[in-house]
Amino acid sequence: MDEKGSPRKKSRSISYGKWGYLFIAPFFLAYLVFSLIPLISTFYNSFFERYMVGLDLIGPTFVGLENYYSLFTQGDFSKYLSNTFIIWILGFVPQLLVSLLLAAWFTDLRLRLRASGFFKTVIYMPNLIMAAAFSMLFYTIFADAGPVNSVLMSMGMESPYRFLANIGSTRGLIALMNFLMWYGNTTILLMAAIMGIDPSLFEAAQIDGASSPQIFRQVTLPLIKPILIYVMITSLIGGIQMFDVPQILTNGNGNPNRTSMTLVMYLNKHLFSENFGMGGAVSVILFLISAVLSLIVFYSFTGKMQRGGNKA
Amino acid sequence: MNSRAKNAAQRSLSVRRVFCYIFLILLTFLSLFSFYILVINATRSHPDIQKGFSFLPGKSLIFNLKNLFTNQNLPVLSSLRNSLFISACTALVGTYFSAMTAFGIHAYNFRFKKFAFAFIMMVMLVPTQVSALGFVRLMSTMGLRNSFIPLILPSVAAPIVFFFMKQYMESTLPIEIIEAARIDGSNEFHTFNRIVLPIMKPAMAVQAIFMFVASWNNYFMPALLLDSSNKKTLPILIAQLRSADFMKFDMGQVYTLVAIAIVPVIIVYLLLSKFIVRGVALGSVKG
Repeated sequence: MDEKGSPRKKSRSISYGKWGYLFIAPFFLAYLVFSLIPLISTFYNSFFERYMVGLDLIGPTFVGLENYYSLFTQGDFSKYLSNTFIIWILGFVPQLLVSLLLAAWFTDLRLRLRASGFFKTVIYMPNLIMAAAFSMLFYTIFADAGPVNSVLMSMGMESPYRFLANIGSTRGLIALMNFLMWYGNTTILLMAAIMGIDPSLFEAAQIDGASSPQIFRQVTLPLIKPILIYVMITSLIGGIQMFDVPQILTNGNGNPNRTSMTLVMYLNKHLFSENFGMGGAVSVILFLISAVLSLIVFYSFTGKMQRGGNKA
Repeated sequence: MNSRAKNAAQRSLSVRRVFCYIFLILLTFLSLFSFYILVINATRSHPDIQKGFSFLPGKSLIFNLKNLFTNQNLPVLSSLRNSLFISACTALVGTYFSAMTAFGIHAYNFRFKKFAFAFIMMVMLVPTQVSALGFVRLMSTMGLRNSFIPLILPSVAAPIVFFFMKQYMESTLPIEIIEAARIDGSNEFHTFNRIVLPIMKPAMAVQAIFMFVASWNNYFMPALLLDSSNKKTLPILIAQLRSADFMKFDMGQVYTLVAIAIVPVIIVYLLLSKFIVRGVALGSVKG
């Protein structure tokens, strides 16, 4: 499929090259208008003081890096950063462990689980659910007078457990929802990775008398490492973007006492109150964090493609 | 291996199998229990729900629906229509242009091809939220606040869909087909629309479903852009319900509204789950 091979082909494809530009033009135009210009203007805004007091607009005045300075000294930025990180870890660790286990089981040739199609269907389902509706549902289910408390009370608990008034249970509920929404997706990605491994490697290990856990640890895990990195970093970037679930569950306040307020919820607050200077500064920091992570993914990606490039 | 060892191996395998099933059933329960409560409670009336939890559905679904659709404070019908319109347009626009971009990079050689591909891969993982501030301001100055255009047109540049299409083309679209069309005198756009798109149908279908669902579920951007009540989408309505004085609400209506937002997606998913699950695996990086 590579046309660089023969010079004749190459010279012919040059005359069609302009079509390539035409075909990719809409993408780049849309990206320019809807992402790149907004991105630059967000950066630009982060250097200005500009906010509303009642109906009066303060600024815009150029303040240099002052927004960044006050972000780290006055606001609770570091608190929100650690909230985001803690909640992400709480959901991601069980997600990865369970997904690895399920992916190993579903692809195990000796185990041959029945109804695996049914289970795959079920575990992937929560991924397609509207996060806003899902968290609204959790809010009603875990409310003081909700079904979970009514079951707990009927089992002999004296007063309802106030899930959204405690730090641990609130963070736990958000993490549980993140877990439920993503473990199916991760399982299927890992399964695809495992099924991409040359079966003769497993056969060889089996003939050598390796047990299933041994095969998993010493053959499967090292070979799916690139996908594990991919899963890890896309999940981390997804975690940085965490918004809908905690926003709806805590009504945008990050209760109790802003311990479940995430970075994007904080950004959203600035955008709604039209505090564009501070909002810009938060955006730039978010951008920097994800840019570093994206670069890592990008390099692990391209490294992979060069190795598997001739497969197509 | 003698027969005794074989028997022992068989036995340990069945023990493992039982353990797997127990674990899977637990996970299934965990994944489904909230949806079960949702469906049950959507069919029960407010006083019934207040009385406590029940495992059996009630008879008030029609009653709840009627209350919900006539509720003056919740423009459910118009938000349902808005959500459907935006999601359908996003899916159409997004898949068509992503296939077009992928085709441009797959089928032609030009100077900035490598750069273009690398660039798209770079932007793939930059969250949309980081440019939200500039985006909302730009759309306001362009007079596009409260319009669906800023929710639909940005999907022309959907890097993840592009990447999926590109991978699919690599395995199903030989350049020879395009060359044959050229010899027959087909114009390049004609080739794309009449020959490439039909070949891409399975990939287009899977990605259209994903884009539809993602747009249907989107809350962050619509909430920032749409504030007039006849333009609201379903997620905004749900958020509005959450921030309203909750105790005064008819819980039957609350559950029914959440069900309206979720259940159609579940039904479509159950019908198409084979494609969807395959689609996720297809789009992933292959080893």
